[in-house]
Amino acid sequence: METAWVIPALPFAGFLINGLWGRRLPKKFVGWIACGAMGLAFLAASRLLWILLQETPTGRFWEPVYYTWIRAGDFQVDVSFLIDPLSMVMILVVTGVGFLIHVYSIGYMHEDPGYPRYFAYLNLFASAMLLLVMANNLLVMFVGWEGVGLCSYLLIGFWYEKQSASDAGKKAFIVNRIGDFGFLLGIFLTFWTFGSLNFREIFEAALVRFPTGDAVVVGITLLLFVGAMGKSAQIPLYVWLPDAMEGPTPVSALIHAATMVTAGVYMVARCSVLYALAPFSMGFVAMIGCTTAVFAASIGLVQNDIKRVLAYSTVSQLGYMFLGCGVGAFVAGIFHLMTHAFFKALLFLGAGSVIHALSGEQDIQRMGGLRSKLPVTFATFVMGSLAIAGIFPFAGFFSKDEILFETLMSGHWVLYGLALGGAGLTAFYMFRLVFLTFFGESRMDPHAAHHVHEAPRTMAVPLMILAALSLTGGWVQIPGIEGGRVFGAFLDPVFHEASQLLGHHGGATHPPLWLEGALMGVSVAVALAGIFLAYGWYMKDPQRPVRAAQKFARAYRWLFHKYYVDEFYQATVVNPLKQAAESTHQWVDRRFIDGAVDGTGSAFRSLSAVVRRIQTGLVHHYALSVLAGACVLLLFVLAL
Amino acid sequence: MESLSFPLLSFLVFLPLVGVLVLLFVDRENEAVQRWTALTVMGFGFVLALFVYGGFDPENVGFQFEEQYAWIPGLGISYHLGVDGISLLLVMLTAFLGPICVLACWTDIRSRLKEFLVCLLLLQTGMLGVFVSLDLVLFYVFWEVMLIPMALLILIWGHPARRVYAAVKFFLYTMAGSVFMLVGILVLYFYQARTTGTLSFDLTNIAEVPLPFSLQLWLFLAFGVAFAIKVPMFPFHTWLPDAHTEAPTVGSVVLAAVLLKMGTYGFLRFNLPLFPEASVFFMPVMIALALVGIIYGAFMCLVQKDLKRLIAFSSVSHLGFVILGIFSFTVQGVQGGVLQMINHGLSTGALFLLVGMLYERRHTRMIADFGGLSTPVPALTTFFMIATLASIGLPGLNGFVGEFLILLGTFHVKPVWAVLGATGVILAAWYMLWMVQRVFYGRVVHEENRGLLDLAPREIGLLVPVVVMMVWIGVAPTTFLEKSEPAVAHTLRRVQESVQTAQGRNAPWAMACAAWDHLTGK
Repeated sequence: METAWVIPALPFAGFLINGLWGRRLPKKFVGWIACGAMGLAFLAASRLLWILLQETPTGRFWEPVYYTWIRAGDFQVDVSFLIDPLSMVMILVVTGVGFLIHVYSIGYMHEDPGYPRYFAYLNLFASAMLLLVMANNLLVMFVGWEGVGLCSYLLIGFWYEKQSASDAGKKAFIVNRIGDFGFLLGIFLTFWTFGSLNFREIFEAALVRFPTGDAVVVGITLLLFVGAMGKSAQIPLYVWLPDAMEGPTPVSALIHAATMVTAGVYMVARCSVLYALAPFSMGFVAMIGCTTAVFAASIGLVQNDIKRVLAYSTVSQLGYMFLGCGVGAFVAGIFHLMTHAFFKALLFLGAGSVIHALSGEQDIQRMGGLRSKLPVTFATFVMGSLAIAGIFPFAGFFSKDEILFETLMSGHWVLYGLALGGAGLTAFYMFRLVFLTFFGESRMDPHAAHHVHEAPRTMAVPLMILAALSLTGGWVQIPGIEGGRVFGAFLDPVFHEASQLLGHHGGATHPPLWLEGALMGVSVAVALAGIFLAYGWYMKDPQRPVRAAQKFARAYRWLFHKYYVDEFYQATVVNPLKQAAESTHQWVDRRFIDGAVDGTGSAFRSLSAVVRRIQTGLVHHYALSVLAGACVLLLFVLAL
Repeated sequence: MESLSFPLLSFLVFLPLVGVLVLLFVDRENEAVQRWTALTVMGFGFVLALFVYGGFDPENVGFQFEEQYAWIPGLGISYHLGVDGISLLLVMLTAFLGPICVLACWTDIRSRLKEFLVCLLLLQTGMLGVFVSLDLVLFYVFWEVMLIPMALLILIWGHPARRVYAAVKFFLYTMAGSVFMLVGILVLYFYQARTTGTLSFDLTNIAEVPLPFSLQLWLFLAFGVAFAIKVPMFPFHTWLPDAHTEAPTVGSVVLAAVLLKMGTYGFLRFNLPLFPEASVFFMPVMIALALVGIIYGAFMCLVQKDLKRLIAFSSVSHLGFVILGIFSFTVQGVQGGVLQMINHGLSTGALFLLVGMLYERRHTRMIADFGGLSTPVPALTTFFMIATLASIGLPGLNGFVGEFLILLGTFHVKPVWAVLGATGVILAAWYMLWMVQRVFYGRVVHEENRGLLDLAPREIGLLVPVVVMMVWIGVAPTTFLEKSEPAVAHTLRRVQESVQTAQGRNAPWAMACAAWDHLTGK
């Protein structure tokens, strides 16, 4: 396990090679270096999994320590990793899905002049993400956390000549900084409470020292969750993610769907013990997650940019993951994280394939009828859509259903209802996307239609692999069957303490099978209803949505303009701050403070102008003043 | 060991003067020899500094490499040099930047190169002297001597429009502060003479004389004003943007990287150990000014149209962090503060170097005159990006470690201060990235920018060491932190002890409150 450092080091080496010499290397070589680094990292991760599985379930916990990073007084943080089932799942997802997206990028970015820069950033991202998930303490996790944020900034603004792209990158970084502000304060509070930032030490101390519901733990968990809200795009900090679609599409797939944005979920799951000690925070997480899930899904209903629909869908799905964690179903949250990584990466890459084929067109109103022209993309995209909609036996069915089931089991009726409704919305907007893109008449610009071509092999193969994973990925966690919960059994030791605290069944005791089956039926029925509704609206009667939009014009406008949240932030936060800065500069800095400084200077100058007149240069004037002075002195002495 | 007998520090401090002497004999026309002379001297100085660094024993709390000779025995003035962990790091920074500054002005200075290099070398002697002096008169001499070459740099090689104004403002403002310090030094001297009967300006002697609280208050203010102007702390900062903007590139670099640190160094070297009770008393005021400086400086950055002014205001914000750390009186905070002095020197120094390179190519500093520079000058963009990221505290680079430790220490004393301080981190990302966007991203809109030349090997060569140091401090800061920790702990012990003996309480904040109540209530 001492060699676990190789996993993040491989992509970092790729970053250094391509970053320093990429522009002088042949293109083919650049792509090979980047993909090779990721592929080797995946192999190393698989080997690590193999070794991990040799241990007994409770013994799967290693902490390789490398060196002391910062030491000051009694504060000490080491660069060290934590290898356990939870981080193992994340490492495999990051390296596995990451590798596929790297390969896809070879085809997608082939024509781009910034090819080496792109792969350097992508490798740097993978390295930072691995650091994030492998860290055994909050501070090293924070390094990865900020590192992925940097790469996200650089890759969103990859086409820096576009104003909207560089704006979006900047927005992503700053909004994430607001979240990180909370994360950082959470780290401070953790250290001064527990005297350590090491996860194991924190949890051990917390279990001994704090009763459930203690204010300090609530404070820590809420502050950490602020960080998660930023990174994982939850209300109110989700606004950066839809704009992040300015980046190249494989970036959206890797960073803004499959891996980075799930870091918040991972962090909450990693700190499950702390959250379990803070029921208030758990409730807060569940509520924010559920609200975000429905809120973002509703915006997704009417967007016309293929990537933006997927972006809102990502925000929404992340909400489901938080809902799972918030009701204590950490396994379900991580399970959904994994399946989502498969099908959302697939959907984004599929969208990328469409955009690639249509020479950059992203508006679904200007697509249509692509089914026959892009058969591979079509087939895989539909599989991804079925998975996200939660249709049996696709991966999303198992994971989403587990979250819904656990929500209901924990007694959150309202949240269950909302989440179920959100699932219906998800099915609707996804199939709206499918129908508008791949079915019906072509609405394409004839010029673009002429060039339509199926993706090259480097792009098609990753699509097929991800489609297969979107189908089978859920089968590792089949409820109701003896030995069906392979995934849960693997992760259970990590969440052991949290489950005990919550008094949670955690899958150990089975709720009645008929109930589980009935609820599954309900979920599938809702998803099918959403699909049929979309079919009715967008296939059978294409004028229907137009009429509906006219009839409910106001509601449509609110949804279309994303509830005017961006405008609201601009008007209430950004502009006032800029104006305040402007007027402070004018009045306080230039006029008042500097005015006082210059004023002192000119006061002395005018004083000296007066005093200077005494210095006439005439000896008798001086003699007179000497005499006057002597007289005053004499009087003074006599008077005493 | 011969390092004890060999006057290494004196050699280090006065080596640049040897360079000045050599330069006097170099033909005015022969600019190449002048440059190489200055570079050799500065380079050799850095090598000497490395010897000091290598020979420094971090286990030893006291001053090392001490040299002491009577200078004016009748008045108790001595020539006393020495370094501890705090000054060691600043000496290293100064010596490290010496050769980089010479390389940076290689082609930049078109007139009177010889005089320019003479000023630069004199400045180096002055700055090193300030950091290693242990005698108050010697310290004061170096402190004032250094002003003259710096003012000349601005006055002669500055930007023609406002250089006279800026130079005079810089000179008079700093001078005005120093006068108070001089009075303070004399008061200390006479107080000591009266209580112990010995005449001495020696810091180590003076530090042993306990001062009454009321005298400490006045002395804290006298020294504090001089240092606060130098830092500069809000509201004494307005000389800085003018001086930075008008100064030539190297002037800005030295000013930002080293000169400002003399203020924060002064607080650590004099105010905390000599006036511990007063330091505790003034803690809330100092922290408040630091926080105002952090947020105010950041706000000012948002509206600047001139790159150099923007970076100057960001210095106000960053040095607010240093003061915040120092006056948190926690090991973490002060250690962070010391490291942040170095960090700021590296990252802001690098930013000024890069802006200077842009200015040399384009003869403007206005943000609006740029845009889209990523396309013509990719290497410069990369370096600028790294310096920006270091400056906004990205983990893995140097700035993060300093800011993190400062805020960690501050949080322990009073969480709300850390909350306020951390907002500066958000604002920093905003103003710096916005600036980067306006300068480097987008399309090239001004034709003049299209044909800009990317970095020359000399420029890359002088930037790479700075970036290496940024990464080093970011990845393995313990190398440097462990050098300064004993000295920091020693400095703090005096403050903490005085807090405990005076009030019997541990928390400096409670102590400060009690002291204020005592003064205002009765």
